[in-house]
Parts: sequence; C-alpha cells; structure tokens
Amino acid sequence: MTLLKLEHVTKRFAGLVAVNDVSFSVDKGEIVGIIGPNGAGKTTLFHTISGYHVADEGVIEYKRKNIRGLKPEIICEHGIARTFQIVQPFGNLTLLENVIVGAFNRHKKYSEAKAVAMEMLEFVGMKKRADVRMKDLTFPEQKKVELARALATEPELLFLDEIMSGLNPTEVQEMIEIIKEIRDRGITIMFIEHLMAAVMSLSERIIVMHHGEVLAIGKPEEVKENPAVIEAYLGGAV
Amino acid sequence: MSLWLFIQSLIDGLLMGGIYSIMAIGLTLIFGVMGIINFAQGALMMLGMYVTYWAFTLAGIDPYLSLPLSAIALFILGALIQKGVLERVMDAPDHNILLITFGIMMIIENTALVLFSPDFRSITVPWLSETIKMGDYVVSKPKLIAFFISMSVALLLYWFLQKSYLGKAIRGTANNKIGAALVGIKSKRINYITFGLGAAIAAIAGSLMTPIISISPSIGHTFILKTFVVVVLGGLGNVLGAFVGGLIIGVSEALAGAAFSGTLNELVIYVIFVLILIFRPKGIFGGGS
Amino acid sequence: MKKKWVLIGLLLVFLFTFPLYSTNYLLHIGIITLMFAFASQAWNIISGYSGQFSFGHAAFFGVGAYTSTVLLVEYNVNPWIGMFIGAIIAAAIAFVLGFLTFRYKLKGAYFSLTTLAFAEILRVFVKNTDFFRKTMGIMIPLDINPFWYQFQTRVGYYYTILILTIIITVIVYLISRSRLGFNLIAIRENEDAAQSLGVRTFKNKMIAITLSGGLTAFAGTFYAQYLLFVKPETVFASDISVSILMPAIVGGVGTVAGPIVGSFIVTPLGELTSQMFSNLAGTNLIAYGVIIIIIILFMPEGVVGRYHDWVNRRKKGNKETQEQKESVTS
Repeated sequence: MTLLKLEHVTKRFAGLVAVNDVSFSVDKGEIVGIIGPNGAGKTTLFHTISGYHVADEGVIEYKRKNIRGLKPEIICEHGIARTFQIVQPFGNLTLLENVIVGAFNRHKKYSEAKAVAMEMLEFVGMKKRADVRMKDLTFPEQKKVELARALATEPELLFLDEIMSGLNPTEVQEMIEIIKEIRDRGITIMFIEHLMAAVMSLSERIIVMHHGEVLAIGKPEEVKENPAVIEAYLGGAV
Repeated sequence: MSLWLFIQSLIDGLLMGGIYSIMAIGLTLIFGVMGIINFAQGALMMLGMYVTYWAFTLAGIDPYLSLPLSAIALFILGALIQKGVLERVMDAPDHNILLITFGIMMIIENTALVLFSPDFRSITVPWLSETIKMGDYVVSKPKLIAFFISMSVALLLYWFLQKSYLGKAIRGTANNKIGAALVGIKSKRINYITFGLGAAIAAIAGSLMTPIISISPSIGHTFILKTFVVVVLGGLGNVLGAFVGGLIIGVSEALAGAAFSGTLNELVIYVIFVLILIFRPKGIFGGGS
Repeated sequence: MKKKWVLIGLLLVFLFTFPLYSTNYLLHIGIITLMFAFASQAWNIISGYSGQFSFGHAAFFGVGAYTSTVLLVEYNVNPWIGMFIGAIIAAAIAFVLGFLTFRYKLKGAYFSLTTLAFAEILRVFVKNTDFFRKTMGIMIPLDINPFWYQFQTRVGYYYTILILTIIITVIVYLISRSRLGFNLIAIRENEDAAQSLGVRTFKNKMIAITLSGGLTAFAGTFYAQYLLFVKPETVFASDISVSILMPAIVGGVGTVAGPIVGSFIVTPLGELTSQMFSNLAGTNLIAYGVIIIIIILFMPEGVVGRYHDWVNRRKKGNKETQEQKESVTS
C-alpha cells in the first residue's frame, strides 16, 4: 500500500531551486534512505513534506489525502513525525517532560501520556535519566530523546534527519538496531544519512538526490552501481 | 478641514516626523545589530531632554549648543548600559533581554521622577520664539531647525554605516555575527558602540524637542510606543523604512490632531498601529537591513 | 513529595489565620499581596507558561475594574455578577489582541509592545469618554453588605481575595499537568519542535491569552470594590502592569508557586518603599526595576525555580553517593 506519494514537487527560495520536480512514493512498512551531497535538497525535502516549507508546485499525498500546505502540527496529527538535523530540545524540561509533549498528540490524559512517554524512553534506553533536564545531556543522548519524542506522537511514517551524525561507532550500531526495531513495530521510515554503511545496511530502497533533483531510486545494490550516481555523488572517484 | 489647515498640518507633521525618524532609526539600529528591542529608548530620550533643559535653565546654554553635550553623555551612558548589564544576557532568551531593558526603563524614568518631580517643564528661548512666515503658512523655528538637524543626523549615519570602516563592521555584525567575528571584528565593542549610538540618537531627538514641547519624566513612555509604531511600520531592522515611517507617522498625527479635538487624537497613533498589525504586520518595506 | 504538601498545608493555615494576629495595616498589605499574586498567576498562563511576555496586563485589570463599576453605578448590576461580565469582556479583548499578534510568528517583542499599547489605548479611550466620567473616575456608592461585594472590615476583603487566589492557583496547577500546559511550555521552549509534535501553536496561544486576560479582570473588580473608586490613571496605568508581572518573575515564571512566593517577596517590598518615601512617587518602581535586572542577571529561573534546581541537585548527589556505596559493597 502506498503511504506517501510525491508528484513533481518543487520548492524555490528567491530564485534558487532547492527541490526540483521530485516524484516518488513510499510503501507502508518500508525503510527508505535518502543520500546525496551537501546542498542536494534532502533536508529541504523533509521540511517541505512535514509542513515547515510549503511546496511551490506539485502534489504531496499521504494516505491518499493531499497534505501540501498543511501546517507541521496538522501533518503530525495525520501521522507523520520527524527529528531534526540539528536537535531541537525543550532544554529546560526533563527528558520525561520532553517526551510527554509528544505523547499528548494522541493521549489527552496526563497519566496516559506519561505512561507512553516512559515506554518510549525505555525503548531508546534513556529511562534511567528521565528526571534529568534535556540541556544537561550530551548531543548523542539528546538525539535519542528526540527520537523517543517523535515516536511518542505514535506516527505511521517517521522522518529521521541525520540521526547518526556525531555518534561514535558503538552508538551508531545501537541506533541501527533501534531503527530496525521501529520498523518491526510497523512504522515506515525515511531517513537522511551520510554514513554509507548505515544507509546500505538499513535501507530497502535508496533515493539519491543531487542539485535538488532525484538522480536515482532503487535497491542499495542497484544504486551503488548506477553510473550517474557514481559520477555525481562520488565525483567519479571510484 | 480647510485646505489651509490641511497644508499647515502637513508642514507641522513633516517637521515633527523628521524627529520621529531618527528616534526610530536609533531603535531599529540596535535591533538590527543585536536583536534587542530597547524599551529604554524613550527614557534615554527623556534624559537628553533634561540635559538640554537644565543646561538652558541653570547655565543659559543654548539648546543647540547643549545638543552635542547630551549626545555624548547619552552615548557614554548607552555604552555603559551595554557593558554593565546587557552584555551579560546577550545569549539569554529574548524575553529576558526584553525584561532587562524594561527594568532599565523603569529605573531611569522613576529616578528622573524622584529627582525632577512629575511637573511638566518647558523652556522659552527668545530667538526661537518668533515664527517664520511663508505666505499664508507659519513655520515654527525650532521645528524647522529640528527637521534639518534630524535629516543631517540621518544622512551622517547613513554615510557612517555605508562608508566608514566602523560602520561596515556594524553592518557586518548585523548580517552575520559569526562571520564578522571570523574576520576579526570585535563584536563586544561593536555592541557598545551600537547601543551608545542608539542612545545618542535618542538624546539628539530629545534635545531637539525640548524647545518645542513640555517635558516630564514619563514622556519617554509615550515616545517609545510611538517609535515602536514607526519601526513596525517601516519593518523591524530596516533603517530606510524607519526613516520613511517616521515622516508618515508625523504627518498622520498632525492631520489627525487638526481633525479631532481634545486629547482623543492621542488615539490616532494607536489606531494606525492596530491597522498595521491587521494589514501589514511585517511593515511596509519588510524587515532586514 | 510529602514535604511539599506539609509546606502547602502550613502556608494555608498561616494564610487563613493571618487576620487573627495581624494589624489593620498588615492586613492591607496582605490583601494587596494576594491581589497581585492572583493577577500574576493569571499573567503566568500566557507569559510564564507560553513565554509570550505581556507588559500590558493593566488592560485586562482595568477592564475588570471599570466593567463591574459601570454596571453597578449605571445599571445597578451586582458586582459579583459584574465581575464575570468584566472577565468575559477582558477575555474578548485578549482574544482580539492575541489574534492580531499571534497570526504570524512575529518576534516576542511585538507581543510585549502590543500589550503595552493596548493598555495605553484603553487608558486614553476611557479618560476621554464622558460615559466613563473621563479623568475624574467613578466612585462606588457605599453600601456595606457582602451581597454587594462590600465588607465592614478588611477581613472580608482578605478572605475574598484569599479564596480567589487559591482557586486560580488550583486552575494553574491543573493546567500545568494538562495537555494545554505541556503544549504551552513546549511553545515557550522551542516553537518549531512543538509543531513537529502536533502542538497547535496558534490555537494554544489563543487559549492562553484569552484565559489569562479573562482571569486578570477578576483582580480588577476586586480592586475597584476594595477601594470603592476607579480612575483611568490608576487601573490602566503601567504601574499596575508592572506590579502584575513582578511576582511571577521574582518567584519563577512558568511555575505554579512562583507568582505566590514572588508576590510575598516583592509586593510588601514595593508597598513599604512607597510608604517610606511617600513624598517621592516612583521609588517603589525604581526598586522594582533594580529587582528585575538582578533577578534576570543572577536568578533568571526565579526563587522557586532555583529551589527546584537545588532539590534536584541534592537528589542527584544523594543518588550518586548511594551508587558509590553500592559499588563499594559489591
């Protein structure tokens, strides 16, 4: 079943075309990786789908409903959650409180929201530190909490924007396992990542972006051998 | 309203508008460079007024001679406020910085209230009291002078920001703090100078108005709101917008004053403000430098 | 946790028995302190929780004072009812103000200055309108009867404002543990992140300002009935706005206890300063200005916030030493 469908989506900033005529679709239960050099328009694409930017042209359909032009909070209510490239914590709140904000998306009662939040903190392995303030955490820890917070909104589709950057190899391995488990829970995942090993081992399909356009879409092994991708992404160095 | 009254008010409004323009430039300059809305700007202006008032009353110094004095005094005070207080909270959340400037405003205003009493005061400068006749229309001398000095200050400031090394450094800091630091601009010192300049401009506006209106310690309160309306009209951080906005507000106020009686014309400025908020909340010219 | 409830119990006992051993003047200070604690608690909803700082809450205070007074004097409406009508009008004004400023994600300073301007608009409007008797103000005719919101002694006023303050504090406590409360704090901390979690920022801010404005009006009616006199220069003045925001800032913005604790520190201080220098108007505001700056510079989380921090650190400390002990024994 198609969960998300983009048709000819374009986003411009003062003459610069950041996302150019992008079309693809994502099926329920998939893990899709997005790669591309810096400035390829990956984050802008995430911002455009999740409502932080409004697409200038094209159609964005989620579960067959047009979500283009909706505000981020409404898109979240529809079932799309995200993390940010640069973590966006509620610094003065504790980890638990951070995640409770997310849990209130689907639960009205404090006790229910708290239970969900606790569960999510446990899932990312941060339950022990639930009462610590977010600003007292290290950067990789904040990324985990941000993930828990997004999951607490109980999404069907999850966007992860470079969630592994700044993590050490052990932490990357942990994060890969966490992402696999999220997928096993039936949540569809799209993620932007520079770390090739992680992208190759996690993705069922990969979207390669370059200069705001989709250069190639396919299984990891197909993409790896696509000459256009090698040319653009690796600058012909292989 | 007769045509005569209309044109007469237009002249008066334009002349006052020049002063509003530089007040707004001071506020918007500080905002553009440091991202601070300085609530104390009106209070600093009021201090400038009292410098001129006391210099004239106690020592008989002509208002235009005490003008540099009040500008320098307030430049120093402004730089000191930045160094002593604001510098410590530059990284704090916006609302905390706002509260600090609000606190500074309260201290300045109420200290003036204690020292100078709430009485309204005015000065009568003999050589300024006669008016200039231009056909059927009357132009008050101090307003005309204030307008020309305001315009000169605005031009001078424009030249300073565009051409001088320091001015370029200030603009650089406004555009990109980190970038400016990388090329060796000392942003702390830039901030002292910017805040000092903002205060000095406020003082000039204050001194220029002293021969025109009655002054009191709480006068800055009305002016900070008026100035804010001008700045919002022109777009926050937009120096040219502030300039044009000042003239527009000056004229609107004078025309309204002619049309409505009593103190109800005080409301005009706020009506304009609400209209801006409804229709053009980002100003006529948009934000930016 | 238990200690907290014991503390609250003791405070309540103290507050309820206060008139028994207080002098008449102290009772007056107690009334004013509670009144600004009440108003500051209302302010706390929009400014403390959602981080939209209002410098013009006198607007809502004044509307509350004038509405019940005009209704009483002109139409013989009971102030206990007028109080609610005042709250509805203040809430409507707050709604309009919020709508004008929150539609676009404008910088916080816009909201602050707009609130200041709104208070000024109302002040200028009232003092120029014959219906409101202009600058003269309106006297409330004496009719000592609790049914008409007038009490024989200050004790009646004291208990009235005490109960109002307890009610609003319970309301704010419930908000702080509700979805609304968490949404507001999320908006204050990081609006982008809040949106990504499904927080409807505009709607929540609108609810907060409307609630805050409406509740503030109750303090206005109380003030009018306490003094039996309203005047634009007192109820719409920026002094009132300042006295409303001070307690929360000193006590701790966005905390339930902050406005109460803050008011007990700062309102008597202001009252005493202006008493001490009664021939010099403005000394209390100088003191307030200095306090604001000192608090923001050295204790931006306020007294209550600082206390929470201290408790947390002690807890953490205890845990760590416990863990150390455990590791030693194992």
